[in-house]
Amino acid sequence: MNTVEVKGLVKTFDGHVRARRRRRGDAVRALDGVDLAAEPGEYLVLLGPSGCGKTTLLRTIAGLEQPTEGEVLIGGNVVNGLPPRVRQIAMVFQSYALYPHKTVRDNIVFPLRAERMDKAERAEKARWAAELLEIEPLLRRKPRQLSGGERQRVALARALVRDPAVFLLDEPLSNLDAKMRATARDELKRFQERVGTTTIYVTHDQAEAMGLGDRIAVLEHGRVRQAGTPQEVYDDPADTFVATFIGSPPMNLVKRGDRLVGFRPEHLLPAEVVPAGRRVTMPLSVERMEYLSGDRHVYGTVTGLGEDTRVIARLPATVVTPIAAGETHAFAVEAERLRFFDAAEGVRAEPETIGGAR
Amino acid sequence: MTAAPAVRRRARTRAGLADRDGFLAWALLLPSVVYIVALVGVPFLLAVAFAFSDVTTGDPSFDFVGFRNFTEIFHDGVFWRALVNTLVFTGASMVLIVVFGKILANVLVADFHGKWFVRFLVLLPWTTPVALSTISWLWFLDSIYSPVDWVLRHAGLISGNVVWLGRPWTAMGSVVAVQAWRLTPLAAVIMMAGLVAIPRDIDEAARIDGAGFWRRMFEVTIPLTLPVIAVAGLFGAIMTFTDMTVPYVLTRGGPTHSTDVLASWAYFRGIEGGDVGQGAAIALFLFPLLLAGAVAILRAVRRLEPQ
Repeated sequence: MNTVEVKGLVKTFDGHVRARRRRRGDAVRALDGVDLAAEPGEYLVLLGPSGCGKTTLLRTIAGLEQPTEGEVLIGGNVVNGLPPRVRQIAMVFQSYALYPHKTVRDNIVFPLRAERMDKAERAEKARWAAELLEIEPLLRRKPRQLSGGERQRVALARALVRDPAVFLLDEPLSNLDAKMRATARDELKRFQERVGTTTIYVTHDQAEAMGLGDRIAVLEHGRVRQAGTPQEVYDDPADTFVATFIGSPPMNLVKRGDRLVGFRPEHLLPAEVVPAGRRVTMPLSVERMEYLSGDRHVYGTVTGLGEDTRVIARLPATVVTPIAAGETHAFAVEAERLRFFDAAEGVRAEPETIGGAR
Repeated sequence: MTAAPAVRRRARTRAGLADRDGFLAWALLLPSVVYIVALVGVPFLLAVAFAFSDVTTGDPSFDFVGFRNFTEIFHDGVFWRALVNTLVFTGASMVLIVVFGKILANVLVADFHGKWFVRFLVLLPWTTPVALSTISWLWFLDSIYSPVDWVLRHAGLISGNVVWLGRPWTAMGSVVAVQAWRLTPLAAVIMMAGLVAIPRDIDEAARIDGAGFWRRMFEVTIPLTLPVIAVAGLFGAIMTFTDMTVPYVLTRGGPTHSTDVLASWAYFRGIEGGDVGQGAAIALFLFPLLLAGAVAILRAVRRLEPQ
């Protein structure tokens, strides 16, 4: 049984009451038929650019928004129309949304008081959560006396004490500075592994998604473009959107007839380091080079494969072939690394044979 | 060739009058300083001076009489009656204004069909000139033709007429009710500003944490808007404390001074009765309480600033 499942979810926003009366029909489809399920204990990441509907999806699961069409199931029960409090969910907001007038302890026990749990049990739960998240010394403070990372942990503790069926996390790392974010990401992952609760995590940051998710659902324009493990979405993107959204630098796409040929920058290497026989060679006229954390990023134009296209090659430090801007060098990609997409639709197409390599 | 641009640059870098902060500060502050000194400061000092004089409307010559006016009003039972009435009038109105203002503020922020019409209705008592609206209340509470009585009579709740303004306690109740009716919209708008300023996340977090309407109201919304509620309440209190329009129009302080407040009693004594000195002395009693109210408002406003 899936802990959380959405079926054919559609959410339209038609704005203001008055706007609705004036101009009908220009509603925004924030969610456009989403089908998705999270297995028990799974860490599911919703990834997409801003405005793709990922936060709306999370809020619809939480019950803060009501779907226009479709169903939300939690623990196998349809929860459409039920208020958030009966859904057995806990949510951590981007801003953490701690109650500024309450102490950390009162913030943490607030959900328990709403459940009318008795006092001794409440204190015990709060102590357990505080210990787990290592915030015991902060219990008497007010939220404004805490750092960003401490606030995040208090918000997690508040979510944790209710023993929810699902954690919903809405970009919980985006308010932290870059250095804190890496540690917090690691803590989040270890925390979830320890409590084992199904987690749905919204982010626009692909590094967070790849690092945290058991599975990633890539969203765009209110639709799930692809749902799979980090490896699947990276190695086998379902369409050109996923191919170019994930990966930095993104996948190179070269138009060839009615197909697009895609390959990752790290697979485009000087021809001599790619095993012969299984490779597709292409001349690359090098325009510019960047030296980034040991890797060489080579910017240039490939010819011969299809239309002339600007591409990026990422050469690891182990490849020492001398390359200089201005010259044309033979580059190659292993044939099995090539991905083919329909040029018109952008979806994956059958692989084809290029230049004798197969 | 080279000298010309240099001259032009120097001309441009010279600061204009509007660039000088010191001058600007004075220029912008001066009108309000003049206004306050001329229309608040001078009359206040005049009132203090009159309170220690024997000036009357018949004999405007100024003679210092020390504390005579004060001893006289202290020996006048009506003064003490008016002081108590003022406190009752202010306290009861303030409580009603805060309670109803809070309820109306929730109505004002709600999103529903026809909310613009409801908002208009809510603000109507505040936008109508006070003398005009109070006169219509005078008709509502008329001793013989009162529509309020008519309704109550037909509902079988009373047998004869209540004569709202003719008995001490119903008269005070009526004055308080009309004052609360008049000032509630202002309080509602102030509290609405406070409600709108609460981050939506916090209310949603409380929803997710399982808090129902009342728990969110008393544990989240009200604590977060407390400074704004205090400002609304203190505004209501100050505007009630100094006000005499409603008692003056509805009851003229009657029956037998039961709705006389300090402001109206000072007016009756000082202007209608002609004893300017005593009127001023009575009015001076408004000052310490107003000062306390103003201090309380400023403190509440300071708590509103980001913590």
